[in-house]
Amino acid sequence: MDQFVINLIFVGASFALYIGIAIWARAGTTSDFYAASRGVNPIVNGAATAADWMSAASFISMAGLIAFVGYGNSTFLMGWTGGYVILALLLAPYLRKFGRFTVPDFIGDRFYSQTARLVAVISLLVMSITYVIGQMTGAGVAFSRFLEVDNTTGLLIAAAVVFIYAVLGGMKGITYTQLAQYCVLIVAYTIPAIFISLQLTGNPLPQLGLFSTHTESGQPLLQTLNEVLIELGFNDYTGMHAPQNTLNMVLFTLSLMIGTAGLPHVIIRFFTVPKVADARTSAGWALVFIALLYTVAPAVGAMARLNIITTIYPDGVREQPLAYADRPDWMRNWEQTGLLAFEDKNGDGFIQYYNEANPPEFAEELGWEGNEMVTFNQDILVLANPEIAQLPGWVIGLIAAGGLAAALSTAAGLLLAISSAVSHDLIKNMINPGISEKGELLAARISMAFAIALATYLGLNPPGFAAQVVALAFGLAASSLFPALMMGIFSKKMNAAGAITGMIVGLGSTLLYIFTYLGWFFFPGTNMLPNTPEYWLFGISPLSFGAVGAALNFAAAYLVNKLTGDAPAEIQELVEGIRVPKGAGAAVDH
Amino acid sequence: MSDKSTDDYWKANVRIITICMVIWALVSFGFGIVFRPLLAGIPVGGTDLGFWFAQQGSMLTFIVLIFYYRWYMNRLDREYGVEE
Repeated sequence: MDQFVINLIFVGASFALYIGIAIWARAGTTSDFYAASRGVNPIVNGAATAADWMSAASFISMAGLIAFVGYGNSTFLMGWTGGYVILALLLAPYLRKFGRFTVPDFIGDRFYSQTARLVAVISLLVMSITYVIGQMTGAGVAFSRFLEVDNTTGLLIAAAVVFIYAVLGGMKGITYTQLAQYCVLIVAYTIPAIFISLQLTGNPLPQLGLFSTHTESGQPLLQTLNEVLIELGFNDYTGMHAPQNTLNMVLFTLSLMIGTAGLPHVIIRFFTVPKVADARTSAGWALVFIALLYTVAPAVGAMARLNIITTIYPDGVREQPLAYADRPDWMRNWEQTGLLAFEDKNGDGFIQYYNEANPPEFAEELGWEGNEMVTFNQDILVLANPEIAQLPGWVIGLIAAGGLAAALSTAAGLLLAISSAVSHDLIKNMINPGISEKGELLAARISMAFAIALATYLGLNPPGFAAQVVALAFGLAASSLFPALMMGIFSKKMNAAGAITGMIVGLGSTLLYIFTYLGWFFFPGTNMLPNTPEYWLFGISPLSFGAVGAALNFAAAYLVNKLTGDAPAEIQELVEGIRVPKGAGAAVDH
Repeated sequence: MSDKSTDDYWKANVRIITICMVIWALVSFGFGIVFRPLLAGIPVGGTDLGFWFAQQGSMLTFIVLIFYYRWYMNRLDREYGVEE
């Protein structure tokens, strides 16, 4: 069967499943729409959280990020999983006990201030909208590669599917489609990884294969990889190399961790479970489901890197490399997309792949005149994995459905966070408190439709700075929402003035640091300092500054709190109430 | 339920959170990054223990930590009679 038909069947079947779920899980009340009526099983919620959290970036890009940097990018693995420990221990149970629908809901009530609520709504909208752009463009790319439609058509199909289940089902529809999407994406990710691990090491578990003996060379896989990389003039895989340094690695990991814990679309998933104890259980399962992919990703990265090198140098790096005319089919396929490109610089008909900036001493002797694999987009790694491992066509169809599942599940979660901030926090809590239940549900559906339209528009016309802005979302979450939530729970005395000052200081300092190196509002040429390690303050990259911004937030909040007096007694009582699980229903009446 | 016992419950909770977060930081920032040179002598499959913690061990420890905390807190909730 033609590969296109197989892809179409897999993607079509998965979409039919999502729409079927949407019709089955229609929302009838605002509680359905915002929090699936708090009736979601904690393990189901764990899987839904995993799909919600793992975006196109996790599914498609992360293995590539690790493959081409090695140890230095372990930050993504630790950072994007460590945040769940913070969620489980410091945030989720208490926010669930508080029993509201949105993150600004908590901040507004806990700090008894409409200003605090508004600052939270603005932070939420900025981070969620920027985040959703990446998901929509990711879905568009996956469509165009696997279904041979143009980017625009792909994006519109994706938007239409999300529209059906998000507008109809709200959180309830999204939860159960995310469960299905998790199953699709994890199967799609692990099957090629298992086969590659078997081929290279004979061990079916990629997590163990990464540290096993490489069958061909008879020595550990990572040692073989290090040796060939060094021979070709690249940095070794397991060491730390500039521009990465220890302090920056710690701060970047910490920023990702607390940024994760502060992302509203992740937090609201924990509002859907019946009890406080379930929120803890659910965070544990979420991490189990996430780690299934995240512990496989570094193995995929290392094995794919080695695979590429041994494909190009089948007899060792000093011997005759692969002839361009003999390149495997997957290279031919991906050359057509422009994501992979070769250039025969010395005209010998063979492919030489090495580090031009640090050429091996035998390069000249062998007549090498430059690296000839001139483009290798990191995203190819995961998408081409089944082809590299020579797996049957249905695995490729599965990868197509998996990549789309990852993008759509995250997009839906973000869209819900955006629409509930508008309909619940802005309309219900600030503009028109007298709105009826039916009116609010309608407002929620209309905001959702608008959010999808906006995301689609931005996906079709992405601002030039989309890539930096995703990193900005983490910095914002880490420096503004996370500290406010933490202090709201762990400091009874923290008052409105302290929390608001803290959020503004955290947000402001992080934005300032990022704009200094990346340009004001990311306009090229407006940066005040070059974005290179020697100009970074103490070697801290702009992307790692979220953790520092959070520290400034805490410090400013405590200082202002000391000067302006403690929170009123009834607020301190409210905080005592959220600290114990008992009586989750009662908290709503405060 | 008296205020005294609510206070004790919260103190016990903060204590177990602190212990868990120290381990959380130790396996990731500690073993995975800052103390990696100290663990360089312990080989694991072609590299060292620090690399293993950075790419596998820290994540596995995180899972254990959450489920341990869950087990501990469910017990604590019952002990203080604050479970739902």
